[in-house]
Amino acid sequence: MAETTTRARLRWGLLDVIVVVFALIPVLWIASLSFKTPATLTDGKFWPREWTLDNYRTIFATDQFVRALVNSIGIALIATAVAVVLGAMAAYAISRLDFPGKRLLVGVSLLIAMFPQVSLVSPLFEIERQFGLFDTWPGLILPYITFALPLAIYTLSAFFKQIPWDLEKAAKMDGATQGQAFRRVIAPLAAPGLFTTAILVFIFCWNDFLFAITLTSTERARTVPVALSFFTGESQFEDPTGAICAAAVVITIPIILFVLFFQRRIVSGLTSGAVKG
Amino acid sequence: MADIVLDKVSKKFPDGTVAVADVDLEIADGEFVILVGPSGCGMSTTLNMIAGLEDISSGELRIAGQRVNDKAPRDRDIAMVFQSYALYPNMTVRENMAFPLRLAKLDKETINRKVEEAAKVLELTALLDRKPANLSGGQRQRVAMGRAIVRQPKAFLMDEPLSNLDAKLRVQMRTVVSRLQKQLGTTTVYVTHDQTEAMTLGDRVVIMRGGAVQQVGPPQELYDHPRNLFVAGFIGSPSMNFLHAAVEDGKLRTALGDVPIGERVRRELEGADAPRELILGIRPEHFEDAELVDDDTRRRGMEFEAPVDIVESMGSDKYVYFTVEGERASAAELEELAADAGASDFTGAGASLVTRLSAESPVAEGQHRRVWFNLEKIHLFDPSNGRNLTLHEGRAAGALAD
Ligand SMILES: Nc1ncnc2c1ncn2[C@@H]1O[C@H](COP(=O)(O)OP(=O)(O)O)[C@@H](O)[C@H]1O
Ligand SMILES: [Mg+2]
Repeated sequence: MAETTTRARLRWGLLDVIVVVFALIPVLWIASLSFKTPATLTDGKFWPREWTLDNYRTIFATDQFVRALVNSIGIALIATAVAVVLGAMAAYAISRLDFPGKRLLVGVSLLIAMFPQVSLVSPLFEIERQFGLFDTWPGLILPYITFALPLAIYTLSAFFKQIPWDLEKAAKMDGATQGQAFRRVIAPLAAPGLFTTAILVFIFCWNDFLFAITLTSTERARTVPVALSFFTGESQFEDPTGAICAAAVVITIPIILFVLFFQRRIVSGLTSGAVKG
Repeated sequence: MADIVLDKVSKKFPDGTVAVADVDLEIADGEFVILVGPSGCGMSTTLNMIAGLEDISSGELRIAGQRVNDKAPRDRDIAMVFQSYALYPNMTVRENMAFPLRLAKLDKETINRKVEEAAKVLELTALLDRKPANLSGGQRQRVAMGRAIVRQPKAFLMDEPLSNLDAKLRVQMRTVVSRLQKQLGTTTVYVTHDQTEAMTLGDRVVIMRGGAVQQVGPPQELYDHPRNLFVAGFIGSPSMNFLHAAVEDGKLRTALGDVPIGERVRRELEGADAPRELILGIRPEHFEDAELVDDDTRRRGMEFEAPVDIVESMGSDKYVYFTVEGERASAAELEELAADAGASDFTGAGASLVTRLSAESPVAEGQHRRVWFNLEKIHLFDPSNGRNLTLHEGRAAGALAD
């Protein structure tokens, strides 16, 4: 028995390592490139022979990247906040209330989630230019909210459905209004779901390239993924690869921080003890 | 504190289900009323309508003389204990119990005092700073009770509050609930499908079936004078025995022999559309070992002989199971009751009879035994509508009454 479990564990361990390495090699490679000097950039070695932070210095020295970083953070945070708040209200209604047009709401949000975004790019471009939203923060925040909302509604309604109905009834019997019942009883229990949704939405906004490249034209609203594609070297003849890699590493950091920060709050079993169990 | 009046209250769900149909009920101030019935009969729905958690489709609900149909739960000043307890998992016991008081915007000191008082009554003082997840089932149940009593509401509603506890704890909590209700004197509506709770707890019991009230009365009255087959079969454990009875030559042909009938029942059976087949019901304690019956008593009943299946000696008396030949009694009510009990006590041909005989009876398994039963305690039911034909002005009078 003991032998088979050790062997099984070994087998699983090996499998895990393979998967992790497979997934991380491109990331590690980019990280490695970002620390190489221009001379050794194309030497094909995984481990840099000469370490340098010049690439990082370069990107933070240019206003281009810093502006883009600020744009990215601001736009993604605002879009996430709005989408999660609206999504929470919609998901609560969907999972808890019976109202006319409920099916329609769910259907439409599903439709939006499945709509090919590419086909919307040109119309959106025209619309935003008409309304003066082109190349502004709201010009990106609005489409992000639109496409993040279905995602938010789906994840959140799945979470809300797990919360025992009786708790809300109990709160109402205890003298709470519908709003109080939501804020003081349901919301704290839904917190893990809210954080999970926030992470997903944030990553969606943060990673977007399509809208960002079509709906911006200057540093006013350009986000990092787009800024990266506009990177050039100091001079025309310089290869920007190192700088691009450094920027790529930098923009993954907020995502990692975001996930780590919220992961602590995603405590499973928060609802245990509510009902008989 | 207040009285609660349901005036032709009905509930129809959007999908067309009629869960509660024309319920009339007057619950006096301070009364302890039990709603009981098989699951799915609309008890929770009735309770939720009183609470304000479900809209009332038609009819009127009055609390303390005031129509409250359109009032939100928080404006009705009623507390509810849920079957699932519904404790707030993110709050400690203290916070759980303080929650209704905090919503009522009482000051901190008053809240603390009331919570401590309630905790003392329910022996929760040592647990006040724990989270519900770290409590046992019985403790959670008490916290749920505590949350209901802290704010001294007009009425308590309890929806199967003990059904998630194990048998021993349930008996214990039953007395706690009973004592608490007497102490506080608060109007209480209590839903259960456990008929022991129904018999022991309440001042009055309301028996429901398919959304309709079958009979309302003190437990003993329901037991002795059931208005119909359903009530007769539902109340009592072990339940009433039911036998097929054919009306022939002014007598009832049954598996226990020919049962004579008195004037009153004869009159019931006279009409052209009167039933030709009846269901005879008799409770286990109305049988006795024929050897032990004195002559005076013997005259009030009749005797039969049957093979003994099983003898269960309870010390104080003996439960003896007989098999008798003959057709099984059949009616929609009986099938429903059997389904609810989760038992299709099918014993092949013939019927099984449960009797409660004196402990002195020398009865043994495998014997043929002569058994006497009391004709004055017999009930006769019309199988088509379940009506008790032996009932006269609300009193059951047996088969022989004139
Ligand atoms: N929201 C609902 N929609 C439709 N039917 C319902 C709803 N809630 C309960 N019912 C039905 O109403 C009947 C009574 O339910 P309930 O009052 O919960 O029964 P119980 O007496 O076991 O507490 C059941 O048949 C149930 O299926
Ligand atoms: Mg119920």
